[in-house]
Amino acid sequence: MTQLILEQALNGLQFGLMLFLLAAGLTLVFGIMDCINLAHGSLYMVGAYFVAAATQAADSFWIGLGVGVAGAAVLGLVLELALFRQLYKRDHLSQVLATFALILIANETVRAIWGPAALMLNPPEALAGPVEIGNFFYPAYRLLIIAFGIAIAGLLYLLVAKSRVGMWVRAGAANREMTEALGINVRGLFTAVFVFGAALCALAGGLLGPLLAVQVGMGESVLILAFVVIIIGGIGSIRGALVGSLIVGTVDTLGRALLPTLLRATLPADAASTLGPALASILIYLLMAGILFFKPQGLFPARA
Amino acid sequence: MAFYRPASWQKPLSLLLLCAALALPSVLAAFGQEFYIGFATRVLIFALAASSLNLVLGFGGMVSLGHAAFLGAGAYAAAICQQAGINEALLVFPAAMGIAGLFALVVGAISLRTRGVYFIMITLAFAQMAYYLFISARSWGGDDGLPLNGRMTLAGFSLADDAALFYAAAGLLALAMLFFGRLAEARFGRTLQAIRENETRMEALGYPVFRYRLVAFALGGAVAGLAGALLANLTGLASPNLLQWTQSGTLLVMVIIGGVGYLYGGVVGAAVLLLLEESLVGVTEHWHIILGLLLLAVVLFAPKGVAALFGKRHG
Repeated sequence: MTQLILEQALNGLQFGLMLFLLAAGLTLVFGIMDCINLAHGSLYMVGAYFVAAATQAADSFWIGLGVGVAGAAVLGLVLELALFRQLYKRDHLSQVLATFALILIANETVRAIWGPAALMLNPPEALAGPVEIGNFFYPAYRLLIIAFGIAIAGLLYLLVAKSRVGMWVRAGAANREMTEALGINVRGLFTAVFVFGAALCALAGGLLGPLLAVQVGMGESVLILAFVVIIIGGIGSIRGALVGSLIVGTVDTLGRALLPTLLRATLPADAASTLGPALASILIYLLMAGILFFKPQGLFPARA
Repeated sequence: MAFYRPASWQKPLSLLLLCAALALPSVLAAFGQEFYIGFATRVLIFALAASSLNLVLGFGGMVSLGHAAFLGAGAYAAAICQQAGINEALLVFPAAMGIAGLFALVVGAISLRTRGVYFIMITLAFAQMAYYLFISARSWGGDDGLPLNGRMTLAGFSLADDAALFYAAAGLLALAMLFFGRLAEARFGRTLQAIRENETRMEALGYPVFRYRLVAFALGGAVAGLAGALLANLTGLASPNLLQWTQSGTLLVMVIIGGVGYLYGGVVGAAVLLLLEESLVGVTEHWHIILGLLLLAVVLFAPKGVAALFGKRHG
């Protein structure tokens, strides 16, 4: 039992860190420019496809990952310059409509190019096997993802909390107009943040590709999770995004793994088998509604 | 935004459309195009659903991204009623409205504590909860949904005939539009729109802002439930797909295309979007791309929606 819990906790950590890669970009776009980007999940999907296609072409996962992430960053740049700049001044409703349209376009374009079937993406061979930690085995590739996630989270923390650019970003999230008045080029800054967010999306998509299927529609489910994360954490706050990702990642993974067992121990088998999966899949939404009920601005509101 | 005021031509045009609707099934039958009666019914039902969202979004100013949950709740309520042996729409439809409305009341009571983006997201979260609950409820069909055992009867008349269901949907839509139109001009609707314009001022004037919004939200949910019950009759299935968040997004798109806060915004939007879909499907397999591009064009070039191109709302 402890082994199961430990293993699932590691899975939760890994999932949470990947969510953080998505949520970090989303929360900044949201926080600084007050722009709802429903197409963030599409960037994740397109990024995963880029990585899968580049991996197939180059026959190397790492080259594929690099090329895919760079491709997504370029796509992010084009989107920001061509479309999102028009949307910042508009109301949330227009942003929802425009980015919803982007989802339609992205899904259908991907289907037209790569077909409706899921793409297979294999992890690098050196990492395909399990490693022994203490007294149980854990897939090496998942460990790598955890290491990657921690490294990037650390890097982002340094970038946002300690660097000058990070200070501008935080200032922009707290009060955009004041930051502009102080002579910071918020517009250029935002293009950079958007591109960076797109790259992080593709990175998460590429890293998760070998674990999950690379397929049309993969962006939508993860998008909702990323939104839950940034709402829990507080919009515009990187720290909130990290805490929120880890909470959502662990609660979701542990809930799915342990709740059915726990319920079986306490309820009649029939009720437990119906209730278990239902409760496990809505756990994070319950959590989010609960947190919003008591803290309507999330755990770490960026705007005081 | 300004207050809703019906244009002078609105009433004659509505009557004309109603007459056209009454003639539609026989005209289609005369041309041997019965297939399109079902399609027209779908348009009417989505017009009803989108109009109910328009009450919440356009008149109440609440951007809800979880409206499909109430549509789905109505559909499931209808299917479950039928399973329980109640096949009379005069009983089932009010029950579906009641359940969806009650559900909306609970969701609204919690969600309306939040503002702006947080409200969008919390309504989405509740819709997701409902979606996953229905997916994992095996006794209600789980993933596959809950099929209906044939169509219901309305006041004793069977809705099994496509034209009969069409007339039922048209009648209910007409009633709903009449109700929404009266509501928008009544004291309640005026207050609701004033709250949308300036919440703080209305609060200061002593209006119970929260309660007004909550009532509008629940009312919107109830009418969406009615649309759901009709839809279950049309398709013969209460499917969890009805509760998917993309469905909420589609309803939102309909209202925005049609014109937020225009009485007929939801109707116009539903008709435009569904007709567009229907005609694009024939053109190319990848019609979603064209639809997406058109939506982008609407956002960038006709930000107030199609209804705004014709009607005036600014009093």
